[in-house]
This record gives sequence, C-alpha cells and structure tokens, in this order.
Amino acid sequence: MIQQAAITLQEVVYETEENKIICGITGRFTKGKITAIIGPSGAGKTTLFRLCNGLLSPSGGNILINGKEILTFDPVSLRRHVGIVLQQATMLEGSVRDNLALPLQLDGKELTDDEAQRMIQLVGLDPDILDRNSRDLSGGQKQKVSIARTLLNEPEILLLDEITSSLDRVSRQDIEKLIEWINRETGTTVIWITHNLEQAKSVAEEVWVMIDGRIAEAGPIEMLDHPENDDVKHFVMEEGK
Amino acid sequence: MSALALILTLIFVLIPLFLSKTLQLGLEKDTLIATVRSIIQLFAVGYVLQFIFDSENILYIFLMVALMIGAAVQNARKKGASIRGITWKLVLTFVVIEVLTQGILLGLHITPATAQYIIPLSGMVIGNSMVLGILFLNRFTSEVSSRREETELILSLGGTPKQAIQHSLLASIKASTIPTIESQKTIGLVQLPGMMSGQIIAGADPLQAVMFQLLILFLLLTTAIVTSTMLGFLSYPTKFNERMQVID
Repeated sequence: MIQQAAITLQEVVYETEENKIICGITGRFTKGKITAIIGPSGAGKTTLFRLCNGLLSPSGGNILINGKEILTFDPVSLRRHVGIVLQQATMLEGSVRDNLALPLQLDGKELTDDEAQRMIQLVGLDPDILDRNSRDLSGGQKQKVSIARTLLNEPEILLLDEITSSLDRVSRQDIEKLIEWINRETGTTVIWITHNLEQAKSVAEEVWVMIDGRIAEAGPIEMLDHPENDDVKHFVMEEGK
Repeated sequence: MSALALILTLIFVLIPLFLSKTLQLGLEKDTLIATVRSIIQLFAVGYVLQFIFDSENILYIFLMVALMIGAAVQNARKKGASIRGITWKLVLTFVVIEVLTQGILLGLHITPATAQYIIPLSGMVIGNSMVLGILFLNRFTSEVSSRREETELILSLGGTPKQAIQHSLLASIKASTIPTIESQKTIGLVQLPGMMSGQIIAGADPLQAVMFQLLILFLLLTTAIVTSTMLGFLSYPTKFNERMQVID
C-alpha cells in the first residue's frame, strides 16, 4: 500500500545571490510518521524547514503539502498547519504565560489557565513557571516552552529543528517521549532535524541524510546501519565516534 | 540691528577660528564654510521672504512650501534608503502634516492667512517633521534588524506581518517621539526657545511671545507623533513580500 505523503518536494531549489543552498531536492515525508533529517552543518536542513513552513519560497521546483501546492495555501493557515520549533527558542518579552498565549492571541483567541497548565505540564515543566519572566529561563526550559507554544496551534505537521541540542540527557529523553506520544496519539507527522544519530535511531522510522543541499541518501531508519553512499558512510562514521 | 553691528558679530566667528588654529583642531575650513553658507542662505531667504510678503501672491506661498518639502525629503530619504519608495512616503507624510497643521491653524483662525505666518510656521513644522522622520527611520531600521528573530517567530506561528513587526514599529514611534516630549518638559527652565527669544529681542511683548511659543510647541507635538506614525505605517509593509516573508 502506498503511504500518503505529508510533504512532497519536487526538484526544489533555493538559492540566494551568493549561494545555492538547496540543489534540486526530490522526496516525500510520509504522513503520520517521524522522519529524522541528519547531515553536517550547512547542508541546508534549516532552510528546507523554512521552505516547508513558508518563511521562504523556493527559487525553483514545487512543494506539496498533503498533495496541494504550497502556494495555494494562505501563508497564515500554512504556518499554523505546518508548525515549526526553531533551534534558538526565541522568547518574547513577558512571562512564560504570555509566550504560551502568543499563537492563540495572534488568532484572536485567549489562553485559559487550565490550558496553560496542561500544556506546560505536557512538556514536563512545573506550572509555577508560568508567571516567571521568559528571559530568565534556562536554555532547556526555553526550548520546552517553545515546543508547547508551537503545539498550541495543533499543527498537523511538526518541524523540529535541533530542539534538544541544548538539553541535558534526562530532559532530552522527556522531549523524545513527548514527541513520540504526540505522534502516536494525534497522528501528527514529525520531521526532526537532529545531529544526534542515537536520537534519530530511537525516535524516527525514516531518515534523510542531507549533504551540500542534496539528499545523499534516504530510507527507513535502519539504513543508517548500512549506508550505501560514501559521503553518508563517512558522515555516519564521524558522528558515531 | 545696524550693518556695523552685524559685522561686529563676526567676532563670534573669529573666536572659534582662533581656538581651532591654536589647538590644531582642524575646524577652520568647516567653520569658514559654515559661516559663508549661513550668511548667503539666510540673506537669500530673507530677500525671498520679503518679495513674497510684499507680493501677497498665494502661488509664491505654495512654491515656498513645496521647496521646503522637497529639501526635507532630499535630506531624510538617505536614512530610509532600505525602504522601497521612501521618497513618496516622505512626500506624503510632509504634505499631510502641512495640510493638517495649516488646516487647523487657518481653519480655526488661530493664525492669520498671510505669508508672514504661513511660511515661518510651515518651515518649523516641515523642519521638525524632517528631523523626526530621520530619527524614526534610523530607529526603525535598527529595530527591524535586531528583532529579526522575533519577527520570524511570530510569522512562523501564524502571525500577520503587522502583528510580527508591531513591537519594532511601536518602539520606533515611541523612541522618536520621546525627545520632543522630553524637551518640552524643561522648556523655559534651562533655555528660552529660539523663536521666543527672537521675538522678545525684536521688541515684542514677552507674554505674546510666550503664547506664540506655546502654539509652536503644541504644533510640534502633533508633528512628532503624526510623522512617526505615518512613516511607520507606510514603511512596514515594504519589509515583507506578498507571501508574508521578511525581505532582506
């Protein structure tokens, strides 16, 4: 049975005046699955996410979301539909509650106290943190608030950009369990950029290895144990050291 | 003031020239250029104003105001070079400010509809609007660049460009307006405003001079807030494209 694609990329190119960052990528992210994207820095992974969330538009090729061309979506609804958690976990001035309320506020809604408490507990934080100044949080706490904030939009596709790189082992495992739970319970498609091969193997069913703006190799996660591409072999060996 | 008295005021130019030379500050050339330019420019304006006042022709008043707006746009546009269509945005802002302020002043008979009132007041309004415009554009450009991550965060969560840039926009409007409000708090305590001093020296009743000065101050408050707000709301859409993406 052919599984449906949440996102399909057809010869996608993204270039700036100086560089070609994405060099004609063709591929699909399976609906309802967790796919890991790994690859060295500068491979174009974050740019790919920004293209899928509509923060950038491709210079060439097509991106389809659930089979519909990305340009047919209104940018606001696209970004609510394809949620992104960025690596830097930017917090706006104000309390944690203010930050959590942001996606609803942008949509003219209000965040109830019950919902705020439920979301903050969902990402493994104590509800007491809700009234703290968001700029005083640790890197890990900011990342968790950032995840909760994106989840409040109830995205059907969730893009996670190195979200556990600043977390300790316990927090990292908490987040992995949370993402797996969200994927299992809600059927949310998750695409996860990570530099951690062990993490990719433990949470993902499929994997893309990106090198120099191209997909060097893609397939089931087990592919990482026996890659065929020489660059991928080299990358896996280096990262596995 | 007699011609001899005016010549004697050049002593106030000789003092900085002497100090600059003695201390090797290297300011002699600039001081001389500034002195010559101010003499030529002010006398030229003086003769032009005298001609316009004598002719009482409304066309000349329009031309004078248009000239002021043109010069103000020319000065301010360099600061907003990164904003698409900044020239026309500045023209529109200055024209609206001029029409609004003169409309109230003349419409409510606060000042007489003569060149003697319209031109100096327009000069003050457009001049201040230009300074405010430059302050605003400086601040807005740096706010937008320093808050780029926040702007993109809000867009990524489904915010509109207006929601995404609101913080930068309001902070810039506020920051460029504050100096006008602050300077009005201490006016008369630290220094007497230039126009009021000029009127008093020219022999006007000090209370009349105060009343005119208050008119100017209130006028400048409106000028400050309207300039920054108009320029802000005209400029922010140029930071985004039709797909609601930030333009570099």
